Amino acid sequence: MSSLTEQFKRSLVIAEKNIKIYYSKGPVIIFGLVFPLFLALAYVIGRNIPLKEILPGLIGMTTFFTATSVGPSIVPWETRSKTLERLLCCPTALWTIIVGDMLSSFLFGLIISVIPLTLTLALAIEPLKFVILLFGLIIANLCFAALSVLLSAYPPTDIPATSMMLSSLVKFPLVFISGVFIPVDQLPPWGTAIASISPLTYFTDMVRQLFLNIGFYPLTLDFLAIIAFTAAFASVAIKLHEKTLAKRLS
Amino acid sequence: MEYAIAVQELTKRYEEVTAVDHISFEVEKGEIFGFLGPNGAGKTTTIRILTGLIKPDRGKAFVAGYDVLKNPIEAKQCMGVVPEVSNAYVDLTAWENLALIGKLYGVQSQKLRENATSLLKEFGLYEVKDKLVRAFSKGMKQRLLLCMALVNDPEVLFLDEPTSGLDVESARLLREKIARYNKDGKTVFLSTHNMEEANQLCHRIAIINHGRIAAIDTPENLRAQSMELQYIEVAFNKTVNTQELSENPSITKAVPAGNKVHIYTVDPSTVIEFLVEYAKKNNLRILSLNTMMPSLEDVFLKLIKGKEAIIQ
Repeated sequence: MSSLTEQFKRSLVIAEKNIKIYYSKGPVIIFGLVFPLFLALAYVIGRNIPLKEILPGLIGMTTFFTATSVGPSIVPWETRSKTLERLLCCPTALWTIIVGDMLSSFLFGLIISVIPLTLTLALAIEPLKFVILLFGLIIANLCFAALSVLLSAYPPTDIPATSMMLSSLVKFPLVFISGVFIPVDQLPPWGTAIASISPLTYFTDMVRQLFLNIGFYPLTLDFLAIIAFTAAFASVAIKLHEKTLAKRLS
Repeated sequence: MEYAIAVQELTKRYEEVTAVDHISFEVEKGEIFGFLGPNGAGKTTTIRILTGLIKPDRGKAFVAGYDVLKNPIEAKQCMGVVPEVSNAYVDLTAWENLALIGKLYGVQSQKLRENATSLLKEFGLYEVKDKLVRAFSKGMKQRLLLCMALVNDPEVLFLDEPTSGLDVESARLLREKIARYNKDGKTVFLSTHNMEEANQLCHRIAIINHGRIAAIDTPENLRAQSMELQYIEVAFNKTVNTQELSENPSITKAVPAGNKVHIYTVDPSTVIEFLVEYAKKNNLRILSLNTMMPSLEDVFLKLIKGKEAIIQ
């Protein structure tokens, strides 16, 4: 147990290092700030819809893009600069490094989430719902951060741009099938079935329930689904990174 | 006796290539152990296995008594590593790099500050501790890597070509530091291409070729085992026929080398007498005559390419 705690502390050290190095990198700024900002503007401008109805999609989209912006690039960057080898020479397990990467991606998403969260204050939602939203944002950011690190696992490239591009190929379709633009309850049955495989669906559904009292799934299911996706993404990310490590180091 | 490093039947294959082929050796505590071999011989693969970066297909490896495969974290906790490629974080300062590595080794913050300060001062980097590593020269980066390897005060140091590509002054400084830290009790596993460096620093040397250990011994014993590689370097005032010299039964081979002749023999005194007689008989003057012991480089080449590769 004590070694587990020790490894987790080292994950925090790695997250701190990532914050110092990667938050200011161009691709992270573009994919994590500029891109969601313009997407949000495109989503809002010209639509005569009340803020309450716009916010669920907006929060879902921005949270998803920001929390997935750091993760895909860290491992390729560190592979290229051979710093991954440096970290692995230290008494840190591979999962410690992966969790550190996840945490830095999570924190980036969480910090940016403050912006849409501030907007919700204008809606004067009930304090309990605000607390639930806060908790939902935390687990959603964690889930998307885990997905982002998973996206960096394969192919084991050392070119950050390749990883970013491939992760976009996964991220964009997920946004379109997750009830961000069309709520899940308005989708045809096949659309609902497809939407159910995306973690973003459950987060958007959760926020819609909190703001509009309309939800396709029960709130508990939304939470459980996001937690399950987080666990699945994190464990698959660790396994896949373990599997591709030899290629990265060769 | 518990060794600092113990390797048993270590084997690693990459598809069709056997990078490391059933190698076994031990490194005693407090020893500087040189690991020599040509490119692709298996040096870096061995270091990567010993430092827990890759897993072998077969065999066992122990560092500071810990099984690298079963207890990698405990084993890594006892070692410091200077890898082949400079890999400090260029977007961090020297101080931040040291702090990062220290924290990853779980060094307490007060101790970390003390260690980092003293190392940076010792390696002449304290004045630039707040500069980004991106701005460092190769020599400075290499010194920083050694600081990073030492920040946790490890029992065993793994150094993969630490002076490769460095200027004379930086290389000399690093060699001095390696010797000093060894005197302080640290075991050093040194992979190098530099024979003189290995000769100066190492208590014992392993020569690896095609993934197999070709020889392990002290530099002196390795040279002594290759006495057939000793030669007499003689310079005459005129060109001589080396074929004629080679006909003497005590001479293995006579090879022209510039204005000198290298005469390989296991019996130098007889050959010197013969050369004096030969000079008199042919009206030659001996300008210089030296008996040359085989260098570590000769021994290395003999083991890697065979005796004939050197005596030609």
